[in-house]
Amino acid sequence: MIGNMALKDHWREQRMFVSRVILGGVLALVLMGIVLARLINLQVTNYEHFSALSQGNHVRIEPLPPTRGLIYDRNGEIIAQNLPAYQLELTREGVKDLDDTLNRLVSVGLVKEADLERLTGLILSRRKFEPVTLNYRMNDQEVARFAVRRQEFTGVDIRARLIRQYPFGEITSHVVGYVSSINEADLRRSDPSAYAGTNQIGKLGIERAHESDLLGKVGYQQNLVNAQGRALQHTPQQPPVAGDDLISTLDINLQQIAHEAMGDRRGAVVAIDPRNGDVLVFASTPAFDPNHFAEGFSRSQYNSLQNDPGIPLFNRALRGQYPPGSTVKPIIALASLQYLKENPRKKHFCPGYFTLPDSTHRYRDWKKEGHGQVDMIEAIAESCDVFFYEIAVELGIDNLHDFLITFGLGSISGIDIPGEKPGLIPSRAWKKTAFNKRQDQSWYPGETVIAGIGQGYMLATPLQLAEATAIIAAKGKRYRPRLVAGTRDPLTGEVSELPLEELPPVIVDDPYYWTIIAKAMEDVLHSPRGTARGSAEGASYRYAGKSGTAQVFSVAQDEEYEVEDVPEHLRHHALFVAYAPAENPEIAIAVVVEHGGGGSTSAAPVARKVLDAYMQNYKP
Amino acid sequence: MNEIGDLNTSTSDRTLGFAARVMRGLHVDGPLLVGLLLVCGLGMVVLYSAGGQDSALIVRQVTRLAVAMGAMLLVAQVPTNYLRMWAPWLFLAGTALLVAVLVGGQIGKGAQRWLNLGFFRFQPSELMKLGVPMMAAWFLHRRRLPPSLMELLVLAVIVFVPTVLIARQPDLGTSLLIASSGIFVVLLAGLRFRMMFTMAAMALGALPLLWHFMRDYQRQRVLTLLNPESDPLGSGYHIIQSKIAIGSGGVFGKGWLNGSQAKLEFLPESSTDFIFAVLGEEFGLMGQLVLIMLYLFITARGLYIASQGQDTFSRLLAGSISLTFFVYFFVNMGMVSGLLPVVGVPLPLVSYGGTSMVTLMAGFGILMSIQTHRKLLPQ
Repeated sequence: MIGNMALKDHWREQRMFVSRVILGGVLALVLMGIVLARLINLQVTNYEHFSALSQGNHVRIEPLPPTRGLIYDRNGEIIAQNLPAYQLELTREGVKDLDDTLNRLVSVGLVKEADLERLTGLILSRRKFEPVTLNYRMNDQEVARFAVRRQEFTGVDIRARLIRQYPFGEITSHVVGYVSSINEADLRRSDPSAYAGTNQIGKLGIERAHESDLLGKVGYQQNLVNAQGRALQHTPQQPPVAGDDLISTLDINLQQIAHEAMGDRRGAVVAIDPRNGDVLVFASTPAFDPNHFAEGFSRSQYNSLQNDPGIPLFNRALRGQYPPGSTVKPIIALASLQYLKENPRKKHFCPGYFTLPDSTHRYRDWKKEGHGQVDMIEAIAESCDVFFYEIAVELGIDNLHDFLITFGLGSISGIDIPGEKPGLIPSRAWKKTAFNKRQDQSWYPGETVIAGIGQGYMLATPLQLAEATAIIAAKGKRYRPRLVAGTRDPLTGEVSELPLEELPPVIVDDPYYWTIIAKAMEDVLHSPRGTARGSAEGASYRYAGKSGTAQVFSVAQDEEYEVEDVPEHLRHHALFVAYAPAENPEIAIAVVVEHGGGGSTSAAPVARKVLDAYMQNYKP
Repeated sequence: MNEIGDLNTSTSDRTLGFAARVMRGLHVDGPLLVGLLLVCGLGMVVLYSAGGQDSALIVRQVTRLAVAMGAMLLVAQVPTNYLRMWAPWLFLAGTALLVAVLVGGQIGKGAQRWLNLGFFRFQPSELMKLGVPMMAAWFLHRRRLPPSLMELLVLAVIVFVPTVLIARQPDLGTSLLIASSGIFVVLLAGLRFRMMFTMAAMALGALPLLWHFMRDYQRQRVLTLLNPESDPLGSGYHIIQSKIAIGSGGVFGKGWLNGSQAKLEFLPESSTDFIFAVLGEEFGLMGQLVLIMLYLFITARGLYIASQGQDTFSRLLAGSISLTFFVYFFVNMGMVSGLLPVVGVPLPLVSYGGTSMVTLMAGFGILMSIQTHRKLLPQ
């Protein structure tokens, strides 16, 4: 501090400052000297080298796109491949008048008029010398038509390239996804230089989720080109590395059968191997042909897909959220065993309706005259609603919620494709946050009653229903569902398997509880009073299941619901979950048919067809 | 002979005297102004070629230059005492605006630099290019030099708080310039050599830390510099093409408007950050030497003005502004010729774009003010 009090010595400071300034100046000169040395090194010493690169001949670095990995089903059937195709490419540099060239291409029918604007924008957004694909897949006539006029179109050329092709078309569209032209949003989430020379990127499903495996590594070559941009000499610098092949868990045969069984009805079929979480079937109908996306199609074609009332672009298996209806009854029965230590043999009386104490509102059973005396197993087999109204009220909504979520309901399963919806398992806490108005935030007892039969706020996706059924089939064991089991190096053929992911199991106090539920679900199909016994007729094996019917609209207190009287879009959704064989289950399945009416009549037969196909090859 | 000679001298003295009086009345430093105008003139010539002979582009650049020159003249009228009094307020306002930008700024090209004041958008980091050295010089003005350790700590806060705020936007180039402008004040204040070496060693030690805080794209630039050929399609592309442009220019260049690298769109950002490569391609080593000489002349004139400064504040500020100007063109030339990573520093007064030109010229305005507001001291 004394130093600061002392008087400033201005002359000394000035002298010191000048010496510092001189030092700074000298340092600056030295640094400039380095820059100058560098410039001399570039312009004098290496002049010949750089001049050769620049004057007359220019180096142009051309990316060599890698071959995208193939996708196989679990039996080695190819479900996504690359086929050679003739593509029409335009390089802006070589074209004198872009608009004129494009218009003439339209007049010979090689470019669609509707695409003109899009293509012009695309061409102008690329560097002058980067070729832009105008037509992803030319047929033989188009190739011939262009070949005879070739000299009229400088800067436009035909090139043989590989394009993505999906041999099973719409059967795999929702699960395998598709590749399509890269757009700006894609570039934001990926490294643009990794896509140099590639026009396409995985947009959906496995193609998107496993993009990094499938893509491979771009190579490049240095081309010497003259001032007109014509390549004089290629010097390969680094060959591209092909992407890994994927081995999917899907069984394309079952997938196909599921699609056929759904016909033109809307809905979804998901089948999972309860022993490891492998997804065998993942179907959503109606679907669309993914090859259109890979080949590039016009805006009007896309719009017609988007405006289709069947919403074919909507992945119902992954994103369709439906009230699970009676399909959750086995889990609720299990909850009552676990929490209430309910005696499964205890008979409940079902008069055909249920009322809460101090209320006159009748919660009706689907069977108007009632089921009479039923125990737990009969209640599941006959799908008695009153039984489940009672135990739901006894359990309370929070116990119900806590138990249902251990089966993966109400949250995403984490399957290896993006876009999954979480469904919803309501609880008191959820309702507090979900609504704005205060009177909507409190939980009403009646809402617990209908939760007992999977109605009300409760929602589940077909994937979640299949997963929950797989957990029941595996007696609590739980695996994360997956669509890709491994990758294969296309050069060495070496397969690296992806590890199974075991999730925390559902644990009940007594393993016997599982046996009760399994027996009840078997009775659904094989007991004379089972709701879905019709669909199991003639089966050479025994399986277990549960039907469900999700209300789309509610029927007034004393009205009848007749399927035939109701317009299709108001009919109930039909649901069915099952696993087979009943002993040692290997496949768990969930089927949703939108507006299909009854679960046992329209969804159960779809499941039966898939299970039959699976059991054909079953060896105990 | 003698008489004629004397006569000649006296007339030229008179005319010069008249010009000098006008200059002095406008508070303009003649040599500095000439140097700046020559650089700008050369810049326009190169920009015309780099921008694809677009005269509208030149008109816009000239307009900007006129505004910037206006700012320079305006600042030159302000006596040094006022500049010193305003320094802390400028600094505080600038820091507050930087925080405001981080909290609610507009994002352009992925970085958060702009503050929208309704009628115009503006980059607070530009304000700090002058705010930081002014504040540091203000702080040291009445103190005994060289500064004590405590004072150095205060200075470190003054310099590094804005630097970090700007680096987080992220704008590495500007934060680098601001940090060096502050550090120059401290160095010129007479920091002991022992201390300098300790700090240099500490800075080297902090490099890994800096690496940790860098964004992916910034790291990529450093890695690319070390080996541009590793990523010829991505970030190495700039450096490879700019080296070809400079190298192929040779000693005398390919001639004005004849550079093929820029014309054929090989060289990216040819009218902004990489314009030095266009100069190298078309005018060769000679053209670049002329520009370097002009730049060095401006720097030298600035340092001369600094050494003539009459108080600590003026000396430190003038010295810092001059050396920061040097860093400006040194870093740009270094990055374009592949010596330094691509940090996004434009070539001062030559690159197309206006945001930094006003600040730059205002800085020269300060130099002029320092030079022309000297009190006549008794010899």
